[in-house]
Formats: sequence, C-alpha cells, structure tokens
Amino acid sequence: MKGARTQAADALVSSPSTDPIRRVLSAVGQVGVLLAVGLLLLTVLLAATGHAVGPALAALVRGAFGSWYAITSATIVRMVPLGFAGLAVAIAFRAGVLNVGAEGQLLMGAAIATALALPLHDTSPWLAIPIMIAGGAVAGSLWAMIAGVLRLRFGVLEVISTIMLNFVALNLVGWLVRGPLQEPQRINPQSLSLPPSLQLPVLMEGTRLHAGVPLLVVTAAALGWWLFNTASGFRVRSVGANSRAAHSAGEIAVGSTLLLTFALSGLLAGMGGAVEYLGVTYALYENFSPGYGYTAIAVALLARLHPVGVLGTALLFGALEAGANAMQRDAGVPNVVVTVVEAVLILLVVALDRWRARSAAATGSAGSST
Amino acid sequence: MSALDVGSAFLESTVRTATPLALAALGECVSERAGVINIGLEGAIIAGALGGTVAAGILGVGGGFVVGALAGMAIAALFAWFTVGMRADQIITGTAVTLFALGLTGTLYRSVFGDAGVALTTPTAGDIAIPGLSHIPLIGQAFFAQPVMTYVAMLMALLLGWWMRHTHAGLALRAVGEYPEAAVAAGIAPRRVQALAVLFAGAMAGLAGATLVLAQAGTFVEGMSAGRGFIAIAIVVLGRWQPLGVAAAALLFGAANSLQTLFQAMGWVGVPYQLFLALPYVLTLLVLAGASGRAAAPAALGRRD
Repeated sequence: MKGARTQAADALVSSPSTDPIRRVLSAVGQVGVLLAVGLLLLTVLLAATGHAVGPALAALVRGAFGSWYAITSATIVRMVPLGFAGLAVAIAFRAGVLNVGAEGQLLMGAAIATALALPLHDTSPWLAIPIMIAGGAVAGSLWAMIAGVLRLRFGVLEVISTIMLNFVALNLVGWLVRGPLQEPQRINPQSLSLPPSLQLPVLMEGTRLHAGVPLLVVTAAALGWWLFNTASGFRVRSVGANSRAAHSAGEIAVGSTLLLTFALSGLLAGMGGAVEYLGVTYALYENFSPGYGYTAIAVALLARLHPVGVLGTALLFGALEAGANAMQRDAGVPNVVVTVVEAVLILLVVALDRWRARSAAATGSAGSST
Repeated sequence: MSALDVGSAFLESTVRTATPLALAALGECVSERAGVINIGLEGAIIAGALGGTVAAGILGVGGGFVVGALAGMAIAALFAWFTVGMRADQIITGTAVTLFALGLTGTLYRSVFGDAGVALTTPTAGDIAIPGLSHIPLIGQAFFAQPVMTYVAMLMALLLGWWMRHTHAGLALRAVGEYPEAAVAAGIAPRRVQALAVLFAGAMAGLAGATLVLAQAGTFVEGMSAGRGFIAIAIVVLGRWQPLGVAAAALLFGAANSLQTLFQAMGWVGVPYQLFLALPYVLTLLVLAGASGRAAAPAALGRRD
C-alpha cells in the first residue's frame, strides 16, 4: 500500500522552472483555462438539468462579485476557511500524506474554540481570542495526529482513517451541540452565541470582513517561506518526492517528518475552524462546515500545492461557492452543482499532470524505462 | 419482548444493514485483488441509489436494481479511465470521483424532484422467506427472511471465493494484483483485468446503493451513502481480502450499527445516539489498526506503473 501514498504528491507539485515570472504566469494561465472548462461544464449541467443558463450564471456572478458587499462579505469571507483547509491539504500532500480529513480537523478546531469560549467570556479579547485560536489549532492537530500515529505505528492508510475521523468528528459535534455545549435554553441544537467582545474584529464597517482574512494571508506567506527556506520544510518536500530515497539518504527521519506533517496539517485546519467560529458563525452547530475540508482538496490541487497559490484558488472557490448560494437563492439552481465542477477540476489537474509526465518521459528520457 | 425476540430483531437488523456493505465490499475485494483501491466506491454507491430510485418508479424494483448497478458501473468507468487508462493516482482520482457523484446526484435529484427534495417513495423489495430455514429460532428470520439482495450477497461471497481460487480468470486477477510482471509474462493483459475488476466493483457498489433505497429506506436522500463506500474498504481489510471473510466482516459492521436499535429495545434511551452513529467509524479505525499485519494485502495494491 505504500505505493499509493508516495506516488500521490509527485507530479502534482509545481515543476521547477528557471524564470519565476514565467512560472507564475503559466500557473495563472493554467488556472484560467481550467476555470473556463469548469464554467463550460457548469453551463452544460445547467442546461441539461433544465435551468435557464443566463439568469443562473448572472446570479452566480452577482453573488460572487456583484457588489462590494458580495465581494467582501460572501466571497472573501468564504475564502478564509477554504484557505486554511487548503493550506492543510497542500502541506500534507506535499509530504505525500493524503490527509482527506481537513473537514474533521476543522470541526474539532471549531468545537474546542467553542468550548473555550465559555470560561473566557469575561476576559480580555486580547487574551481570549488567541487562546481560542490556539486551542482550535491544537485540537485539529491532535485529531490529525490520530491518523498520523495510525499510519506510522499500524500502517493504516490515512485516506481511510482521516475520512473515518471526519464522520466521528461530525457526530461528536452533533452530540456536543445537543449536550455539553448546547445553549442554556436547550431549544436549538447549537452553542451559546459568542459575545461581541470576543468576536474577531470586523475590518470594514458594514461588511463581514474580519481579522481572519489578514491572518490567513500571513499564515500562507509564513508557510510558503518555511516550506522553501528551512531545513524542516525541505525535509517535508523530500519525503513527499521520494520517501525511500529520503530515508536512504540517511539524513532524513521519514517517520518524524511525516508526523510533523500530520500535526501541521491538522493545526492549519483546526485554526480555520476556530477562525470561522470567531469571525463568521459565532456559534457551533451541526452543519457548521458545508464541506470546506473536501473543497480544500480541489483548492490545494489547483494551487499546485503551493501555499501562496492556495490564497488565489481559495478566493476562486470562495467566489464559486458564494455564487452558487446566490444561484440557489435567485435562480433555483441546486448549490451542490459546484461540487461537480470542483470534482471535474481535480480530475482535469490529474489528467494534465499525467499527460505532462508522459510527454516528458517520451521526450526526455527515451532510453530509461520507468 | 422476550430476550429471544430482542436477539432476533437485533440479528435481523444486523443482516439488513450488513447487506449493502457486503455487496460493496465484495466488489471492492475483487478490485483490490487486481491491485486497484477504489476510494470512489462511495460515489458509485450514491449513483446506484439515485439510479435505482428513478428506475424503480418506472420499471419496478427489479429494473431499479439493474439500473442502480449500471449507474455504479458508469461512475466506476470514470475512475477506471483515469486510474487504469491514464495510470493516474488512485487515491486522488477516487476522492474526486466521489465528490463528482455526490454533487451530480444532489444536483439531479434537486433539479428533478424540487429544491427541498420532495419525499419520494419507491416500491421496495419484499422479504423472501426461505421455506424451512426461515423458521429456525433466533437466526431464521435474520438470515432467511430478507429481501433478495441479501441472498445475492451471500451467494456472491461463496461464488467469488470459489472463482478466485479455482478458475483461470480468478488466478489471472490475483496475479495482476500480486505480481503484474509475471502476469504479463503469462500472457495476461493487466490493464484489461484491472478495468474489468473496477467495473465489477462499480456494479456491486451500485447494487449496494440501490439496496439502500429499494430494500431499506424506500426513498432517496442526498448523501445517503453516508460513508459506506469507505467503510466497505475497511471491511475488505478486516476480511483479509477473502470473499467469505469480507462477508463476515460486513456482518460485524452491521452489528455495530444495530446496537443502537438493540439499546432502544433494552430501554437505554439515555445514551446519546450520535455516539452510536460514530461507533462503526471508530470500529473501522480500531479494525484497521488491529489488522496491521499487512501480509494479506495484494502486493501491487495502489501501484501505478
């Protein structure tokens, strides 16, 4: 089963090229082409399911970019959880760790932040907010490390264990909001609303743009720097590129690097959950995440597993999901239609990489076999 | 209720919930023996559920099962195109295929049956009591008075076990999963074998989805596959890649799921039900950790080239 893991990350990461500007341009160009294909597919799906294409697409664009409020309070606000979860997936896939559990890790982060809010109600936000975010991050990290230990100690495929942990987390939240964390009136299955003093500050009057946005940007930049400029970042990338070679090189402890990756990946997702709670929902409830952790896979793959690229693709998917909700509201189009588009985008990236790998093998090393 | 009644009801519910799991896991078992791990199984199940729902309204229950299997196969064909045809990564492709099917079924269902998802009832397959056997105390009703797909699952487990061991095709399947190079040397085309195995697994998963609707729920619900595709993969591990073992493992998972019903019957209503819903997933993790001796796994599982 080892093969399934180590092969996952290769070819999906951005290929090294000499000119950074050309590299960025080509990456943006590719995303543009993929996006165009995605929109074309969406059009076909809309037409096939009997929806009026024009009004639906107009609602999509309006919901995502139609007004200042749509941009700041729908699109960018959705970019935050997608971005954190996307970073979690990107860093994991880089190391060949197929963490499909960002969803569960995000939920655990939100749950612990919610639990911490109660005892912190009367403290200063300068103390409470960092504690809640850190608590959420640690919770996500520990949740991911269950999968890490299962893989390293017992050889359990993390794809399966993280998905199982997603379902466990979902049911755990379902129980928490009807049990220990339920609001005091015990009417609705949700937690007590977060007092305004503990909410993440809103950056612009009249919008929902919160301090989680700059936090995401700083996190992505720091992660990118760490990945490409530090020894531990290098170790993560090498393990993903080829764990056997990294191991025989003797310098890299594959096991501890993998565990670090699980921990870091879960930390990012958990942080995303805490930030979503503190900045947007202000309460924990059962459908807290509309599948951010799964969409994050598309976000990360489309960004070629590059932390800074994740910011761009998270914005893109934030717009897509904001638009999808407007499409459902205004044009009666089921919002799950964008899940199909996301899935096809993942498949397109995969196909593109296979095609590129094959043509590279054909032109480059004609003599050597794979 | 007497203890015997409670036990009988518990077993019946165990077999009922185990049936779709067993169908999907038996298919996955074949595909994994050919070296392909199909995370897209979940997608094939939900496609089978919707296909079965729609077709049953028009063609009746039998047609529902056939169309369900075909719908699962169609999703598997997409997976096979990428993983067998292009040798793309099985895990990422499988994840995408599952998302694809969940999104597509949700879109189609809501587009056709309305935004809120109007409760749609389908005809359901009746229980078939096997004369004599169904009167055995305790286990009779559970194992021998079930809808047709339960018997299909039982027969499949026996048949596949025999087929893998005693036929040329079964040997070819195992050769591809264990040592593709040797299979090629023996004149077997690994890709064709893998593609067929994946399609078979898709059809079985589609049947599993149709069973959820036509033998249990009587209606389609978005996302009703509820992780069964992933559980099926865990069941294959627990069953050590042997069809009979897989069937037994499916029963164990059915039992975990039915504990909830048992506890309700025992009057333990204070126990939070979400914790029971989480139980099969926790069990899967424990099982996977316990089955860590991986000697039984096909050697070339997940390999790409």
